[in-house]
Amino acid sequence: MFSYIIRRVLATIPVVLMVALFVFSLLYIAPGDPAAIIAGDQATPADVERIRESLGLDRPFLIRFGDWFFHVLRGDLGVSIFTNLPVTHMIAQRIEPTLSLMSLTLILSLSFAIPMGVVAAWKHGTWIDRAVMMTAVLGFSTPVFVIGYVLAYVFALQLDWLPVQGFTSISVGLVPFLRNLILPAVALGLVYMALIARITRATMLDVLSQDYVRTAKAKGVGQSGMLFVHALKNAAVPIVTIVGIGFAALIGGAVVTESVFAIPGLGRLTVDAILRRDYPVIQGVVLLFSFVNVLVNLGVDLLYTLFDPRIRY
Amino acid sequence: MAAPRLARAAGSNVLRFVPQANLANLDPIWTTQYVVRNGSLLIWDTLFGVDSTLTPQPQMVEAWESSPDFKTWTFKLRPGLKFHDGEPVLVKDVIASINRWWMRDSPMGIPIKRRTDAIEAVDDRTFRWKLNQPYPKMLFALGKSSTPCLFIMPERIALTDPFKQISEFTGSGPMRFKKDEWVPGAKAVFEKFDGYVPRAEKASWLSGGKRISFDRIEWQIIPDGATAAAALQNGEVDWVETPLTDLYQMLGKAPGVKVDIADPLGNIGSFRINHLHAPFNDVRARRAVQIALSQEDYMGAVVGDDTSLWKTIPGFFTPSTPLYSENGGEPLKGKRDYDLAKKLLAEAGYKGEPIILLVATDVAITKAQGDVTADLLKRIGMNVQYQALDWGTVGQRRASKEPPEKGGWHIFHTWHAGADCVNPAPYTALNASGDTAWFGWPKSEATQAKIEEWFSAPDLAAEKKVVSELNKAAMDDVVYVPTGFFLFKQAWRTNVSGIVKAPFPVFWDVAKA
Repeated sequence: MFSYIIRRVLATIPVVLMVALFVFSLLYIAPGDPAAIIAGDQATPADVERIRESLGLDRPFLIRFGDWFFHVLRGDLGVSIFTNLPVTHMIAQRIEPTLSLMSLTLILSLSFAIPMGVVAAWKHGTWIDRAVMMTAVLGFSTPVFVIGYVLAYVFALQLDWLPVQGFTSISVGLVPFLRNLILPAVALGLVYMALIARITRATMLDVLSQDYVRTAKAKGVGQSGMLFVHALKNAAVPIVTIVGIGFAALIGGAVVTESVFAIPGLGRLTVDAILRRDYPVIQGVVLLFSFVNVLVNLGVDLLYTLFDPRIRY
Repeated sequence: MAAPRLARAAGSNVLRFVPQANLANLDPIWTTQYVVRNGSLLIWDTLFGVDSTLTPQPQMVEAWESSPDFKTWTFKLRPGLKFHDGEPVLVKDVIASINRWWMRDSPMGIPIKRRTDAIEAVDDRTFRWKLNQPYPKMLFALGKSSTPCLFIMPERIALTDPFKQISEFTGSGPMRFKKDEWVPGAKAVFEKFDGYVPRAEKASWLSGGKRISFDRIEWQIIPDGATAAAALQNGEVDWVETPLTDLYQMLGKAPGVKVDIADPLGNIGSFRINHLHAPFNDVRARRAVQIALSQEDYMGAVVGDDTSLWKTIPGFFTPSTPLYSENGGEPLKGKRDYDLAKKLLAEAGYKGEPIILLVATDVAITKAQGDVTADLLKRIGMNVQYQALDWGTVGQRRASKEPPEKGGWHIFHTWHAGADCVNPAPYTALNASGDTAWFGWPKSEATQAKIEEWFSAPDLAAEKKVVSELNKAAMDDVVYVPTGFFLFKQAWRTNVSGIVKAPFPVFWDVAKA
C-alpha cells in the first residue's frame, strides 16, 4: 500500500508538468494583452508596446516557459503582472475562503444527500422517493447563480437573517463565519447534493436487491443497521467515486458562487486573472487546482480499499 | 490576529465604498485606469487641481507666476507639506515626479517635455520651469483629472522607470494606503493621515481643503452588480460608485438608499473606425456610416428608456462645457439616410467584403453598441462579421494594423469619459495624426492643425473659435463617430452625506451619521 501511495504521488509529477505546459501553451496562443489593459483606454499604441517589453511579454515562447518553469521548480510561481505581488502570496490570501466554502459545502452535501438517497431507495416507488428525486432534479438543473440570488433575496434582503456577501475568517468566530458562508455553501452544494443523492439511491437500489441483504433481513438485522451498516458500506465505492468526480465540478461552481457572494477566494482570483490576462496568476492557480484534483483522486482510490477489502494495490 | 484588527475597525469611523472596478495596482503613472487614479487621489496630492468648473486651482502650490510670454513659470510649494513617512515634500520630489509623469502623459506631458528647456530648483520649496515655446495650458496640465494625473511622489519612488510598476505607496495626500490589508480583487483600505494639512478653501473636486471625516475608507470589490446593489440595500456597504443601470429604478425605491447622477460630465459613446484599410480608408465610406447612424438607437441600447440619462450630440466635445460645439455636426442630425449611405459605399468601391466588427461582449456598453452597429451595417448593405470577444482580446486586436482579413479589424466600440473630452488636450481619441494617433489611426491634417492651434489660444473666446473649427474638421473627415452622450448614476445610503457629482468619487467632506 505504502509503495502504491509513493508511486501515485510520483505519478502526479508528470501530470502536473503536462498541465503546466498545456496551460502555458494555451495562454500563449490565446488572444488578449495584459499590456493593453494596464495601459488603459487612453494609452497610445507605443505606450502599450513599451509596457509589453517591460513585462517581457515580447520574448519567445520557449524562453518565457523555461524561465517560468525553472522558477516553479524552486517553488516560485512568479509575480502577478498587475499587482506586483508574488503569486504564492495572492494564493495564500485567497485559500482560506475557498477551502472554507468547499469544506462546508462538502459537509452539508454529504450530510443531506446520503440519507436522502438511502431513504429514497428504501422507500422506492413511494411519494418519499419521488419527492427526493424531484428535489434532486431541481437542484441539478438550476444554475448555481440563480440559487445564489434567490437565497440572498429571501434570507438577506427579505428576512434580514444573513448578510448578502463577504467572508469572515473562522478565527473571528464560528457564528460570523457560518453566517457569511451558509448561503454560498447551500447554493454551491445543491447541485452536488443532487448528484450524490441520485447515485446513492441508484446504488442502494442495486445493493438492496442482493441476496445477502435478504439473508440479513431474515437473520433479524434492524432496518437502520441493515441500511446504513450493511447496504451503505457495499454501495460506498460508486458514491465515493462520484464524490471525487464531483469535486472538480465543485471547483468550477466555487468560481461562480464566489462571484455572486463576493467571497474573496481562489475562484474569483482565477476569473479576475483570466479577464486581465494575468498569466502568472492563472498558471499558479491552475497548477494548484490540478495538483489538488490529482490528490483527491488518489484519496478516492485509497478509500476504495477501506470500503471494499477485495481491492488491493 | 485578525479579530482585534476587525474589532478595532468596526468601532472606528469607517466608510465602506464599492469602486467601479478592482484596484489591482496603485501606480497612477504606470496605468491610466480610472480606478487606479481614483484610489491614488486619496494617497497622493497634486500641484494644482481642477474645480467643478474645470478651472485649475492651486493645491500643493502656495504661489506661482508666469512670464508674459508663458515661457517661464515659477512655483512655490505650501509650507508644512509632509509625506506619510514624515519626510517633508521638497522640490526634488516634485521634479522627479514631473520627470516620470511626462514620459507617460501623451496628450499633455510629452508636448510639455518637448517644450521644456529646464526645471530648476530655486530652493527646497521653489522651482522654475523654463520653456522654449509658450504653453498657456500649463496649469490645466498640472491639475487635470484625466489620466495620468501629475501626482507628487517621494523622489525615491518617482525615480522608478515609468514603464515599470512602483511597489511603495507613500504619498502626501489625506489618506495613507494600508498595504498590509490589501487583498487585490477583494479589499483595499485607506487610513486617515493625521499629518495632512488641508487648504483653507472649500473643497471642489480636486481643489480646496480635502477634509476627511473617516478614520478608514474601505474599498470593497464586489464584481457582481446585483450583489453590490443588494449589499447596499442591506446596509453592508455605504456607497456604490457604479450600480447596474438596470437596477437604478429598484434602488431608487429602496428604503435608506439614494440614487443620483455620478458624473455630470458623463460619457461619449464611440464608433471607432480603422482608417488604414478599405473601405474605411475612403472618407465616403466613413461618411456613409455617419449619415446612417442613429444615436437614439445607440443610447436606447446602452442606457435604456430614461431620456434624462442620455442625449444625442452632433459634436465631439462634452455637452454643457464651454468648448462644446455642433459646428459641422449636420450629418448626425435628422432622419437617417440609408439610401445615400449605400450610394456613398458604392462610390467608395465597397463590394460586399466582410467588415470585421470587434465586440467586447463582457462589457455591457460595448456589447450594446456592437449589437446596434451590426444591425446598422446590415441595413446599409454591408457584410458584417460580428466577432464576440472579451475586452482583453479587443484591447489586443485593436492594436493590430494588419489588414482585417489577416487578423486586423474595421470597427470596435468604446466610450470616452466626458472629463477627457472637455478640450483637445486630454482628448486622445480625437488626435488625427495618422500613425501616432489612437487606435484606428485617423489622419486629418485640418483636425491636427486646429488641435495645435488650440494649445496656443490665449483666452476662452479664441479657444471656442478654434474648437468650433476643430469640431467641423473632425466631423468632415469622420475621425470617429460619436454614438451619443450618456450619464451614469451612483447610489449611497441616506445616512451618508456630502457625496457630490464629479468624474471621480470625491471622498473629502463626505460624512456618515
